[in-house]
Amino acid sequence: MTFIHFAIILPLIAAFLIAIIHKYVKGIHLGWFVLPIPFIIVSYLFTLIPTIRNGDTLLLNLNFMPRIGMNYDVYIDGLGLLFAILISGIGTLVVLYSIGYLSQKEKLLNFYIYLLLFMTAMLGVVLLDNVLMLYLFWELTSISSFLLIAFWTTKERSTYGAQKSMLITMFGGFMMLGGFLLLSNLTGTFSIREMISASDQVTGIGAGTLAVVLVLLGAFTKSAQFPFYVWLPDAMEAPTPVSAYLHSATMVKAGLYLVARFTPVFMLSTTWVWTILIVGLITLCWASFNAFIKDDLKAVLAFSTVSQLGLIMSLLGISGLAVVRGANEQIFTVAVVAAVFHIINHATFKGALFMVTGIIDHQTGTRSIKKLGGLMTIMPITFTMALVTSLSMAGIPPFNGFLSKEMFLEAMFEISNANFSALASVGFLFPLLAIVGSIFTFLYSAKIVMQIFLGEETKETPKEPKEASALLLISPAILSLLVVVFGLFPNLLTKSIIDPAAMSIINAVEPLNTKISHWHGFNSPALWATIVIIVVGAALYYFRDTWIFIYKYIKDKFTINYLYDQGLHYITIYSNRFTRMLMTGFLRTYMVYIFGFLVILGFVTMLRTGLNLDFSNLAPIGIQDMILVGVILIALGIIMITKSRMVSIIMLGAVGFSMALFFVFFRAPDLALTQLAIETVTTTLFLVCFYHLPKQSKLPEKRKFKLTNFIVAVGVGAVSILIGLSAFSNRLFESISQYHIDHVYDLAAGKNMVNVILVDFRGYDTVFETLVFGIAGIGIYVLMRLTINNRKDDKNEERAEESRL
Amino acid sequence: MNLFLNIVFIIAIVGMAIAMGIASYRIIRGPTLHDKIVALDAFGVMLMATIGIFSVLLDTSYLIVVIMLIGMLGAVGTIAMAKFLEKGWVIDIDRDSDE
Repeated sequence: MTFIHFAIILPLIAAFLIAIIHKYVKGIHLGWFVLPIPFIIVSYLFTLIPTIRNGDTLLLNLNFMPRIGMNYDVYIDGLGLLFAILISGIGTLVVLYSIGYLSQKEKLLNFYIYLLLFMTAMLGVVLLDNVLMLYLFWELTSISSFLLIAFWTTKERSTYGAQKSMLITMFGGFMMLGGFLLLSNLTGTFSIREMISASDQVTGIGAGTLAVVLVLLGAFTKSAQFPFYVWLPDAMEAPTPVSAYLHSATMVKAGLYLVARFTPVFMLSTTWVWTILIVGLITLCWASFNAFIKDDLKAVLAFSTVSQLGLIMSLLGISGLAVVRGANEQIFTVAVVAAVFHIINHATFKGALFMVTGIIDHQTGTRSIKKLGGLMTIMPITFTMALVTSLSMAGIPPFNGFLSKEMFLEAMFEISNANFSALASVGFLFPLLAIVGSIFTFLYSAKIVMQIFLGEETKETPKEPKEASALLLISPAILSLLVVVFGLFPNLLTKSIIDPAAMSIINAVEPLNTKISHWHGFNSPALWATIVIIVVGAALYYFRDTWIFIYKYIKDKFTINYLYDQGLHYITIYSNRFTRMLMTGFLRTYMVYIFGFLVILGFVTMLRTGLNLDFSNLAPIGIQDMILVGVILIALGIIMITKSRMVSIIMLGAVGFSMALFFVFFRAPDLALTQLAIETVTTTLFLVCFYHLPKQSKLPEKRKFKLTNFIVAVGVGAVSILIGLSAFSNRLFESISQYHIDHVYDLAAGKNMVNVILVDFRGYDTVFETLVFGIAGIGIYVLMRLTINNRKDDKNEERAEESRL
Repeated sequence: MNLFLNIVFIIAIVGMAIAMGIASYRIIRGPTLHDKIVALDAFGVMLMATIGIFSVLLDTSYLIVVIMLIGMLGAVGTIAMAKFLEKGWVIDIDRDSDE
């Protein structure tokens, strides 16, 4: 148990301590006590950078459930460390921000416990090497996210959003578990590193492709890729620190982490790379297209997050594609580095943007773009941060978004030139989609800056706007500063973080020595693409009134949200209907189900295994047996066709007594005795019931003849007969009764073998059968007494009422 | 057991069977309930006789208990049904009860 093992569960332990602190310390904002925890973790993680930088990795084993291979093995390489630093670093800033954002009146204890739970879960997802543990923490992120989205439980939209995100991410999580189990079946291990070394066993077979699809479902639902992005805009009902932390910087990147982590495992599978690349690009375009029209600032940012995640996803797809198709190493490296770099950049500028949104919401009381305007002079610091981060998001130099966007476009152009046989004719689509997506990114980034901070001042805001307190401003300020620093000096990051992370994604051994430069020369198509994006974007923004009408053609009915809502609605309706159709409430229907299934099962089994009937062992049949069988058959026939209940009862008695006679003929005197006595009692009881039946149903009722019942009854009879015959024909072993015959006297001192078996050889059965009788007797007594007592109570009540009157 | 006895027993069983058949006819067809009860009682007695003959044929003495049980059940059953016809119930309910 090293500190890093401890660090993962440190937030969880802190969650317990926080509850105690909350009980005894009032007056101080609870967030101050939470703040040191992510700070300790991030400080510790920074000390690991030199190790990782040298190309080393850390593997720290700790057995948790070794029998099933579920171990708490921490594996730290560039990728894991990058994500862990993002999680704990932004976590620190978000906690700091939430101190200013949430007032003491909120349920702070709940908030911080959920947040710490989430932090543990996220650290576990990115740092653990075992897929089962990864899944465990993965689900923990879903659960804590669910709790955080529904933080204001009284709001209907919150619970709706929480339910939606829960359903979608849980669905993906289960699929992912299936993929992991398939993978571990194929490779024989639960450890991701060992899966990577056994990756040649995964590709090229059907189960491997299925595993690809299942793992990708997990990643796509979590990372809000098309068409599973629908939960993310609805998750914006969460408090803004939560949106900033979970739904922009960390949790939605868990899917990206998963894809990056499993790229070496699946790299040789074409399904994997094409799915990622295409889904990523579609997500990028569709979400950025939708983001422009939204009025709610957080909705814009949510769609923006979705589109940026699509961008990173498509870059990860190219990383794999290069290996599959054997393209040159250069694209490969560029795409991986771009993906890693954009993960960092997106976390910084999107986190800051969400916090800025929160500040605007906090200071003006609204997030609606239509109500806001002209905040530049009122909130200059917020404006500066929003400007820097929006420009970075749009991909304008000199901020960090420009650099990664540039690399993204470069990779897309390379892919279109690479001339793969399958996509020689459609290769131009990739850069085209990328450019279209980037134009819309530019558009909504411009919209955020222009329509909120510029233009004329609005007086409609619920609160009088003024600049926020330092506590709120400090976290987005740090992030904005990082945006600028990473933009101006990108090579600060390359050696320490980006290269190790990129190396672990592509499983490379040699150092990459990446150099990120601002200037690629005039030959670079990415430069011209950027110029096109800016010019076209600016023109489109300026003339937006002329083309905005195209959004009207997207009716609500064509959105995936509509599909989701209708799906949920109809699933409820049809499952209700199905249940009502099956569960009629009539016992006879259920009997038909049970016996019908028995008949089908019996016949299917017989058809599959074949019947083996053997009549060589039969005893001779005497005249008396035939007569008795005749009597029983006649009695049964009368029971079935008679219209009188009395006749049925008598005939049932006749069957019972005939059985007793059978026992006589087959030399079973004990059975005959018991059968006679029991049959008499049973018939009497039937007559008692008959006597007490209400008058109206005494009338002889014509039985409804039902063909189904008849068929099922005949089927059950046939199955029982056939099973009996085949069981008789296939005796595998000698009966053990010879032992009883031999030892009934010398072991048990009795001559009546039946009785000796009942009370001596197998006395336990007798004990519990006696118990059954006792319970039945007590049950009957209780039933009758309870009825009587109730009647008395009723009478007492009636009397009491009468006396009151 | 010699052939003669065997034939006698078989004739006896056949005779019993015929008698039981006739009694069954009365049980099913008896014009009144009283006829049916008397026929049932006779049927029980004949059943005892049949089992007796069978126990000789099967060469066993264990079935005597069965014969006695049928005798008892037949007697109790006939009395119970007679009481039912007479009073309308079989077991007397507590006399203090007002029901």
